[in-house]
Parts: sequence; structure tokens; C-alpha cells
Amino acid sequence: MSRIDLQKASSKGLKELLGHLLGSGKVSAVFSLRKDPETGSYDLGLITEEAGLETVKPLAPVMIANAGQVLSSFAPSAEPIAVVLKPCELRAFIERAKREQGSLENILTISMTCGGVLTLDRVVSGLDSDKIGDYENHCFAGDIHSETRETCKACEYFVPMNADITVSMVGQKDAGTKCHIYLNTDLAKEMAKGFGPDPVEEDFDNSLVEGLASKRAAEKEKLYGAVMSGKGGLDAVIDTFGKCLGCHGCSRVCPICYCMICDFESRNFDNDMPYFEKELEQKGALRLPPDTMFFHIGRMIHMSFSCVGCGQCSDVCPADIPVASVFKKVGEETAAIFEYVPGRDIEEAIPVMVFKEEEFTEFID
Amino acid sequence: MQEKMENQELDQFKPKIVGFLCNWCTYAAADLAGSSKMEIDPALTVIRVMCSSRVDHNLVLTTFFSGADGVLIAGCHPGDCHYGAGNYYARRRYALLKKVMESLGLESERLKLSWISAAEGNRYAEVVNSFSEKIRQLGPNPINKMSGL
Repeated sequence: MSRIDLQKASSKGLKELLGHLLGSGKVSAVFSLRKDPETGSYDLGLITEEAGLETVKPLAPVMIANAGQVLSSFAPSAEPIAVVLKPCELRAFIERAKREQGSLENILTISMTCGGVLTLDRVVSGLDSDKIGDYENHCFAGDIHSETRETCKACEYFVPMNADITVSMVGQKDAGTKCHIYLNTDLAKEMAKGFGPDPVEEDFDNSLVEGLASKRAAEKEKLYGAVMSGKGGLDAVIDTFGKCLGCHGCSRVCPICYCMICDFESRNFDNDMPYFEKELEQKGALRLPPDTMFFHIGRMIHMSFSCVGCGQCSDVCPADIPVASVFKKVGEETAAIFEYVPGRDIEEAIPVMVFKEEEFTEFID
Repeated sequence: MQEKMENQELDQFKPKIVGFLCNWCTYAAADLAGSSKMEIDPALTVIRVMCSSRVDHNLVLTTFFSGADGVLIAGCHPGDCHYGAGNYYARRRYALLKKVMESLGLESERLKLSWISAAEGNRYAEVVNSFSEKIRQLGPNPINKMSGL
């Protein structure tokens, strides 16, 4: 592994690298977060002209949509492209690639050690440079910023697992004035040739992220202790998901929920008169819209083991259900029984698609 | 007094258990148990499926949400699947479903997977009877009375 050190702020340094890649024709497009200078709103952009890089904010603590989900729509790419993804977005994209919703072919992945993203509420109410500065101070010092998403605060996978290029942010005290770019793969080294000073041979310094890792671990324990009153049970589950309006927004924004026609939106769940009559006879009352809890538990079974904990679902929930916290907790437990970590390795098969002959014997009698 | 009433209620409780039985092994075992005049708990309602791997999660969830007190999935022993490997996939799905229920604190004991071959009429009767007894002790599925779902 090698590292390029630049004498300028991280975001500026990364922007220059993107400029080099695009200008030299090594990539034909760059995919990154942008900020509209006039309206101040963020979006994701696919940029082919160097001039277009001016508005790029590759390291902004913002997740408008999970970029791993958006990237699917133009990957596999016919020509090489450079994409800037947060660690969870990269993992999400790998999970999607496993489901044939994209491919890593022709893609140069750039990621960063991530201090979390600010909640959507915070983002849409406007982010000035003071706010970003405040966030960066926390991030560079290896602290948790109070306005980041709940799942970000509890996220332990903030060091990218398999990016070609990693920008060091967390715990990197001089990241405001210096840019440290790690080249993790041969592809990255090839791409960065001719850019900046000569790279130095050095492995990623894990001591930078240890501080945040332990803070996040403590935060995670706190979060899991609070989810569904800490103990679960039918009453707690109803309490948590009882507010659901049935808008299915959480599954729309979920990078793992890729089904074009969701089972829960299909005719299978169109209820007819006999169903209502039966329910009424049994329970004496009926909740409408029906099947909201069924939807959440069903979705948990379908995808929780692949949940990357990006927190997008909680952010869009109009009823303020902590969807992501529940899914992250349940997902961690379901993934654990298959010794699976979502997005760790593209070669690792989706748990329900494979089996071993000798396993789970303790579950069965 | 209340205890007595509760006991009475429990005595009257007739559990409803839905059994998804694989056509090639367990369904035949059920047949064998019947024709051998074994005593089998009437709590079980049998649904024949072609393979235990046909039982997708939504079927089990629907069954529970419709008020079943227990769900039994049963198929061929590992290695004996009529289709080669269906029961291995069924086992993974079952483990996943069970874990989600456990994780949410729902009563995962109400769900059971068993391997019963076509020759095991005895075992079929045993499994059904012991599972029914267990469900009887667990009591009715609380979902039955809840309209807030």
C-alpha cells in the first residue's frame, strides 16, 4: 500500500485527483456528491467535463440517496469511471453487485474513513461552511458529531473494506490542511501515476481510527439497548412499528431492496372482503392500512442480513420510526449466524443462496 | 380463584397448528402413522407442499398473523431430498426466520422444523404430539386478539 501526501485540505486534494483522472483521460467520468452554489442543495452527479468538477463536494457529510443504489443504474460501465462512495455506500454497491444490480468492472472506487453523515433534516435546513467546519473538527479529532445519523454514531465499519483509494479523514488531525490519499490496489497506483508528489510506501495507520472505533462501540451498545425498549417482544414491536403509515418509503430508499416489484406491493397483499371479515370476527377491530407490521418483519427476513446500516430508511420515515436502528440490530444478528458481513467481499455468497451440508443442527430436533 | 379460571381456560384451549409437510417424506410418514392407527394430536392442520423449501417466509408469517398458534415445517432428512438439496435451503431459511423472531423477542418456540422420513410414522406421531403439547403450554398466539397490527 502506498500513500500520497498533499499540502492542502483533504477535499481540495481529492478534487485535484479527480481532475487529474478526468483530465488525463484515465477515466471518462466522475461520480460524486455535488453542491449547487446557488441553491446550496446537494445532489449526486456524473461528470464528464473537467469544468463540471467545480461544484463537486466529494467528502461532504451528506447522503441524499445511497450512492451505491444510484450507481447501479450505470454500472457496469462501458468506459472506466471514478466513483466517490462512503464506506457503507460501497458495501451497499457490492451487495447489489452480488444481486446482479451492477458490477465493479471499469470502476475505480474512492472512499474515505467516514465520520458519519448529517441527518437529512439537518442537511435540508442548510449547511453553511461553519456547520461543515464544526463537523470536520469532530471528524478529524476522531469524535462523534451529535447531528449525525443514529446508525452513523453506532457504525463500526467506517474504514472502507475494499476501496481502491482511501482518503484519511477520521482521527487525521491535519486533514484540514493536508490531504492523505492511500492507494490500496494496483489499479489505484496505475491511475494515480503522474499525480502529485511520489507516493511513499506505507500501510494504513490504524491508530488513527481506534479512538472513534471504541466511541462508536459504546454508542452502539447504547443504541441497541434503546431499540424496541431494549427487550423486544410483541408489544414493543407494535409500539415501534405501530406508527407506520405504510408508505414503503424505507424500502424505496433501501440500497438492498432492489426488487422491481416488491412482494409486499404486489397483488399477494391485496386483501379482499373475506379477509376483512375474518379479521373482524377474530379480533373485533381492524387496523387500516393493514399489514404494516407484516411488511417490516417480512422485509427484515428478506434483506436484514445484507443491511449496511446506512440509515437512509430512518431519515426518510415520515413517522419517525427508527427503522434503521432496528434493521441494523436485527441484521447484525441474522448475518452473524451465517458468519456474513455485508459488502465485505464480492465473492462471498448471499447467505440464503448457498448452504453447507453440516450446519444449524442445533436449530433442529 | 383466578388461577383456577386460568387453568380452566388453558384446559379449553385447543391450539391450531399448521404443518407444512413435504410430499415425498413427511406427508407419506403422516399417511403411515394414520394407517398404522397411531394416536395423533388433532391440533395439526396439514398442508402438503412439494418440498420443504417451498415454504417461503411469507407463508409462515401469514400463518402466524392469521392466528395460528404454531407452525411446523417438516421434510426429508438432509441428503434425502427428492429434488437434491431443497431441504438444505429450507434449513437456512428456517434458521433466518427463527433468528429474526428471536431478535425481535417474538415467541420463536412457536416455529419448528423437523426431518421425518416416509418410513418414520412413529417419529411423525411423536413430533406432532410433543409439539402440540408444547404449544398447549405456551397458550394462544397473542396476535389473535390484537387489532393494532
